[in-house]
Order: sequence, then C-alpha cells, then structure tokens
Amino acid sequence: MDELAHSTRAGRESTAPVDSVSRRSFLTVLLGFVSVVMGAALSVPLIRFALHPLVATTTKIGWSDVGKLDEFTSLTAPVKKLIKIDQRDAWRRIVSEKPVYVLPPKDGVVRVLSPICPHLGCSIPWNEDKQEFICPCHTAIFAKDGSHISGPAPRAMDDLETKVEDGMVKVHYQYFRQLIPQKEPLS
Amino acid sequence: MADAPEKSNSANGKRGRFFEWLDRRTGIDSMLHEALDEPIPGGARWAYVFGSVLLFLFISQTITGVFLALYYVPSATSAHTTVAYIVKEVTGGSFLRSLHAYGSSAIVVVVLLHLTQTYLYGAYKGRRELLWISGCVLLALMLAMAFTGYLLPWDQKAYFATTVGTNMASDIPFVGTWVKRFMRGGDEMGTLTISRFFVAHVFVLPAALIAFIASHVYLFRKAGAAGPPSEDALNPKMPTERFYPKQVVMDTIVALVMILILGSMAHFLPMELGPKANPADTQYVPRPEWYYLPIFQWLKYWRGPYAIFGIIIIPTITAALLVLVPFIDRRLERRPWRRPISVGVFVLILAGFVGMGFMSIRDDQRDPSIAKQVARQHEATEEFMHSPFEPEGAASALSASVVAVLDPVAGAGRKVYESESCDACHGEAGAGGAAIKLAGTVAQMPAEELEKLLKQPNAAMTEGGMQPIQVSDEELKALVAYIKSLK
Repeated sequence: MDELAHSTRAGRESTAPVDSVSRRSFLTVLLGFVSVVMGAALSVPLIRFALHPLVATTTKIGWSDVGKLDEFTSLTAPVKKLIKIDQRDAWRRIVSEKPVYVLPPKDGVVRVLSPICPHLGCSIPWNEDKQEFICPCHTAIFAKDGSHISGPAPRAMDDLETKVEDGMVKVHYQYFRQLIPQKEPLS
Repeated sequence: MADAPEKSNSANGKRGRFFEWLDRRTGIDSMLHEALDEPIPGGARWAYVFGSVLLFLFISQTITGVFLALYYVPSATSAHTTVAYIVKEVTGGSFLRSLHAYGSSAIVVVVLLHLTQTYLYGAYKGRRELLWISGCVLLALMLAMAFTGYLLPWDQKAYFATTVGTNMASDIPFVGTWVKRFMRGGDEMGTLTISRFFVAHVFVLPAALIAFIASHVYLFRKAGAAGPPSEDALNPKMPTERFYPKQVVMDTIVALVMILILGSMAHFLPMELGPKANPADTQYVPRPEWYYLPIFQWLKYWRGPYAIFGIIIIPTITAALLVLVPFIDRRLERRPWRRPISVGVFVLILAGFVGMGFMSIRDDQRDPSIAKQVARQHEATEEFMHSPFEPEGAASALSASVVAVLDPVAGAGRKVYESESCDACHGEAGAGGAAIKLAGTVAQMPAEELEKLLKQPNAAMTEGGMQPIQVSDEELKALVAYIKSLK
C-alpha cells in the first residue's frame, strides 16, 4: 500500500520525503488506536442502554385474590380460577389474567397449583373424565393432587404460595424453571 | 518513534497476504487510495475540517437515534411516557437522549461554520454549482430534521413550538391551509401529527439526507478540493498534500473534541423533559429551539397586510439568493477582500440572524410577564424531572372517573375544577402542569386550609398566576372534596 502511495502523486507532494513510510504508518497505528478506544468507550452507554430490560429489576408480583375460602371447602375436583396480576410492562402498568387450579382442601388447607407444565411450559387442562391433569403437548399426566404419574415431566405440578386473609384465599403467582427435577422459582 | 518503521514493516508483512487476498476480491486497496489520497491544493488546514465533522455527527445521530427507537412509541398517548421512561428509568437513557438532542444543535452550528467557510473561501466557484446546491439542500434537510425531531417528546415546549411552527405554513398564499393540514394530519395537532413527524424524521428525511450526502461527497471529489482563497478555482496550481494523514488527523481531532463536548454536556447538563403536552394550557409561552429564534423574532415585525413580505417573499428571496450564489457571483476571484459585495451581503445577513436571535432573548427578558411565565415553565419542568416515573395506565387518569362514581360531592367538585379551568394549569386530575401538582401533597392538606387558600391565594400562589376562586360556598366545598380525593 505504501509503495503504491508513493508512485502516484509523489511529484506534487509539498512535504519533505520525511513524510514517508514511517510517519504514515505511525499515524495509521495512532489513528487506529484512538478510534478503537473511542469507539469502545462510546459503545459502552449504547450497550448498557440496549441491555436495560435484561438487567432491570422486575417488579415483584404481590398477592392476588383467588376467591372466598367458603367457595372451595366443598370441592371434590380441582377447579380453574382466573386471578388478576398487577404488572409493569416497561412503561405500562397492566393487569394480566392468569389461570390457576384450586385443589379440594385437605384438613382445611387450600392448595393452589400453577397450570404450567414443568416439562416445556404448556398449559395443562384438568380432564374431568379421567380425573387427571393431562398435558396436551407431550402427554405428561398428573394426579388430582398434582403429583406426577407418567410422561416426560421431571417433577410434580408446582404449588403456588397461598394464604387466607379475612376468609379470602390469596395466591402469590410465580414462574418456575422447567426441565429440572426440583422446583426453583424464576426471579 | 525510532523503532516504528520496523514494527510497521513486520505488521505490513503479516497484513500483506491477507490484504492481498481481500483486495483481489474487493478492490479495497484502490478504494482506500481513492478515499485517502485525495489531493488538497495548498495542504491540510483546520479550516477544512467541518465537512468530515458533519459526517461524523450525522453517523452519531443515526446510531443514537436507532437506539432511542428501541423504547420510543410515536403516539399522542405514549410518546411522552416513553421518553420519560427513557430519561428516568432506562440505563444511560438520559445520556443518550441528551447526546441526540445536543447533537442536533451541534450539527446546526457546524453546518453554519461549513457554509461560512465555503462562502468566505469562494469555494463554490469553478464548476462547483451543483456541489453548492446539494449543500443547500442538505442544510434544508438538516433544519427539517431538527424541526420534526423537536416534536417527538410531546412535552409542553415541543407541542406549543410545533403548533406555532406549523401555523406559520398557513401564511403561504393559496395552499397554506392545505400545507398546514397536511403536516398536522388534520386541523389540530394530535396523534397523527406525531406519526407524520416520526415518519419524516426516521424514514423520509434520513433517506433523503443519505442520498444528498452521497451526491455532495461525489460532486466534491469530482470537482476536487478548492484549496485556499488564493488558489485558482478552475486549474489548481499549488503543490498538493494528500487527505491522509494530516487532514484526517485534524478532522479526527476536531471530531473527538466535539464528542467530548457533547458527552460532557449530556453527562453534566442532561437535556430536560417537560410535563406532557397540555393543549388546555392557555398561559404557555412557546419558544423555539435557539437556532430558530432569529426567524421567530423576524416574524414578530410582520403584521397586517404586509405580512406576506416578511413571512414569504423576503425569506424566499434570501433562500433563492443563497442557492443561486454560484450563478450570480460568476467571477473566478475567490479572495474575500476582492469580493466586497458578495462577502458584505453574506456578513450582513449572518449578522442580522445573530442579532435577531439575541434580540429575541432580550425581548423576553425585558417583558416581566413573559419572564415570569418562562420561569414558571422552567419550574414545572424541574418538578417533572424530579418526580419519579409514572407508568402509563396508572392511577391519575383512572382516579378522576372513579371519584365521580364513588362520591357525588367530589364528582360535583370535579365539574367545578374543569369549569374554573383549574386543569389548564394544574393538569387533568391535578396531575400538574404549568402549575404545581395537586394530587398527593396538596391533596393531604386540611380542608379548611384549602378552602382559605382557594378564596385567598397566598403570595407564592399569586406570583404563580393563581386567581382567587369565586364560586358559591357549596361549590367550593365540592371543589375541596375533589382536590382531597386526588391521588
């Protein structure tokens, strides 16, 4: 490259021959170095800006009402309830509806199951005829109490944290990691 | 420096094979030579840096603009919320937005410097008419970018400045009203105005800019660098120096200084966002961005039947003069001291522009009512900037309708609130605007105290433009109940 540069307009060069290989190469290296450093420095805020949603702390999901305790005391089979969750979706505050299953209470304790399959996350419906939860995707089968009977799921259906306040059953909705044998909440 | 040649030689040796491989497939070697070995008559100079710096700033605007679009939504309901989200929540959001906003000002400054340098050096002479005209088109496109971008945050100043800006179009004879409606997407400013400005700012104008930058650079290379004013415009005789390295180094240094200035400004003096546009606000004093102040001031002088001269005819003649300069000033003489008329006219117009800009600022400072309102607007902006981010679909908008249902007294108070135009300054549901936010702290004051203040505003309130409320006692009670219900 340098040889070529010399042959072209060398005759009209105003500067002395000092402006040759050494000086041009040095400046090339210097310019390249400065540009790389500046480019790197400038890309830091851009990358942080673009990655904001990945590092931002997500809003904590609070307690949602499932229904009055009285509704559930005489249950004989799991029942699907829709709960409302207040959520932040970036700059929006939204209320989203999520399905949960309320199990027939044992010794007065109400259990609420997440309908999300611990295998690959499909929504599991309750099959009234077979009295089982049957996942429509890969036919993982769960018993009436959510325990794993057969199919590819690595664990039982996930329990959601519940509490009863003034006769109202409340649930803390959460997502759990799929494909692992133990129940591990996603933050 | 002593061992530099050796190092670079070995580097060349290594680069050699790969470079040859690449060159045979891309022709990069001749491209680099074409780009870097451009001869500059009379050698590199600081006066020639502005073109490269503009290109650099344009790239910076493009990058920051693309990133800002990650979070921005162009609609009347969401534009302000999403910009507030960028400024208040997103990591580095305030910095990037400031870099983009200040970058636009920097482009205007450097465009003017570039234009002035070219003009004073007579560098439009010698078969450079198309080069000059493409530059004039780029100037217009840049100003259009600044105008369209200014509206997008949809805060008070953006809304009102653009209302005035688009209104000016209606003074164009015959088609004025149509042009205004075309720009706004209707008779009034609204969500369609944002869509249109967004599409212009993000798709149409950048495409046109890229096309004209390409032709500007091409025409520049075709004509060749003009060199200093003493150089012959048609047949350069001075010894030349290549663009690389000296001119490249100068260009790079100025670009670096530019980015350092913009970066420090964005970091230490971040661009502020005002409260959301409130069309009901009748007190707002709109002021354009600084580079439009001269035009703003100029338009003040033209009222009545002769307005068409000031608003249309004189600006058109000035613009035409600028564009046609290479055809009017045809002599090949480039030295400014030998071109007293063309340089004199240019300096006069430039001085007029600068002078009018300063007069506009001085006028505002001298008028106490305007100065006070501008200070109030500044306070409202400060307050908005210091309040936490409020997500869309949040309490404030809902509470008003909920209140009307729950408590009939507060519901009646809401009617008083609206009929007395409290919302013009204190915002819908007391969310704040030109005057302070009522929801929250004010709403928690005891009812008797609120009643007293509404009947007899204290000094600070009067200062802010608050008038005593003259309604029946019953209505006052309802109004207080409504204010107290605001959350």
